[in-house]
Amino acid sequence: MVSVAKEDILEILRAVKDPELPFIDIVELGIVRDVELEGDTLRVDITPTYSGCPAMQVIEREVSEVLAENGYVNARVRTVYSPAWTTDWMSESTKQKFRDYGIAPPSGVAQHGGIAELVSLRRARVTVECPYCRSSNTTERSEFGSTACKSIHFCNSCHQPFDQFKSI
Amino acid sequence: MSSSVSDYLMRLGDDRLVLGHRLSEWCGHGPILEEDIALANIALDLIGQATLLLKLAAETEGKGRTEDELAFFRDTVDFRNVHLVEFPKGDYAFTIVRQFLFDVFSYHLLEELQKSRNAELSGIAAKGFKEVRYHVRHSSEWVVRLGDGTPESHARTQKALNELWRFTPEMFEADAIDREMAGAGIGPDLAAVKPKWDSIVRDVLARATLTIPDDPPAMTGGRKGRHTEALGHMLAEMQSVARAHPGASW
Repeated sequence: MVSVAKEDILEILRAVKDPELPFIDIVELGIVRDVELEGDTLRVDITPTYSGCPAMQVIEREVSEVLAENGYVNARVRTVYSPAWTTDWMSESTKQKFRDYGIAPPSGVAQHGGIAELVSLRRARVTVECPYCRSSNTTERSEFGSTACKSIHFCNSCHQPFDQFKSI
Repeated sequence: MSSSVSDYLMRLGDDRLVLGHRLSEWCGHGPILEEDIALANIALDLIGQATLLLKLAAETEGKGRTEDELAFFRDTVDFRNVHLVEFPKGDYAFTIVRQFLFDVFSYHLLEELQKSRNAELSGIAAKGFKEVRYHVRHSSEWVVRLGDGTPESHARTQKALNELWRFTPEMFEADAIDREMAGAGIGPDLAAVKPKWDSIVRDVLARATLTIPDDPPAMTGGRKGRHTEALGHMLAEMQSVARAHPGASW
């Protein structure tokens, strides 16, 4: 195998989308952590968004498939956990793709405050903007939504329920 | 050493596997849609954490077993979870009080395990810690809402606490393996975790207008494979498909 540029491999991997978020590829979502050539084997490190995310198995299989299609039949997909994936890595252009798809992007900084604050019933109020009408007059319905990575909200202006990709 | 580490990882994995399975019993039966979804999400997080921990336990053990074999082909006496997590889901108050007592423990435990000298365990703990932050907010809010709610919700929540409280000391019961892990910098000193748990739990229960019972601790032994009859019934159901069709995939 001739030497390959990391950027070329990442470009190939951009064909793989998160099955729950078909408008975002796994490179911009931060699931792909590293790409390295070990001898004649290509190693791709991926990290899960949530411990139990069912999409990871699909993503792992699709990474192997898309690399094989491009001639990298010996690719090895390794799952790494450190550093733990966070929505803080998300770029503004990726956040815009969420809005365009009808999902509010993560807001605020993940992991703020200790346990005393978590059990206090007092929440640092973070405004979640409605992805449909851009109103800030929205209410959180539940921190747990249709997938592990989303919470449920309601827009009081356009009366539309919507998901947010929650901060973690 | 490696057998102690794999046994320790199995304890961590089994607590989360068994509790995750018990929570999943609510799927499709939640009192309101949002709670049905919330408990299914939390169950998924716990089973995900268990998968990672049991995978690492199996690799550390080095006997060629997988995380699925540990989950589906071990018998009751080989499970290492505490009694608290193995009882059936009960009513919503029982599920919430149990979840709260465990979530606060898990929060402090995973916070410490992020500093583990075992790099894989540290990474898994850092991932799980972020998830438990959401769990503990959910369960603590419900404990206050139910405890300080109507006479009916208060009575049910107090009854759940009365039934569950005596199973909490087992979480902090350290044996030779816990001490070995603490000495090697792999796991935390459970005696140091206990006061942190106490402080948060007592604060929330007081705000929920609940009274901590003074019952003596129940029999322990889950870490050694001595369980209540509840675990056997649960595993019979949980493991039935895998055992009827070994090696099946879909």
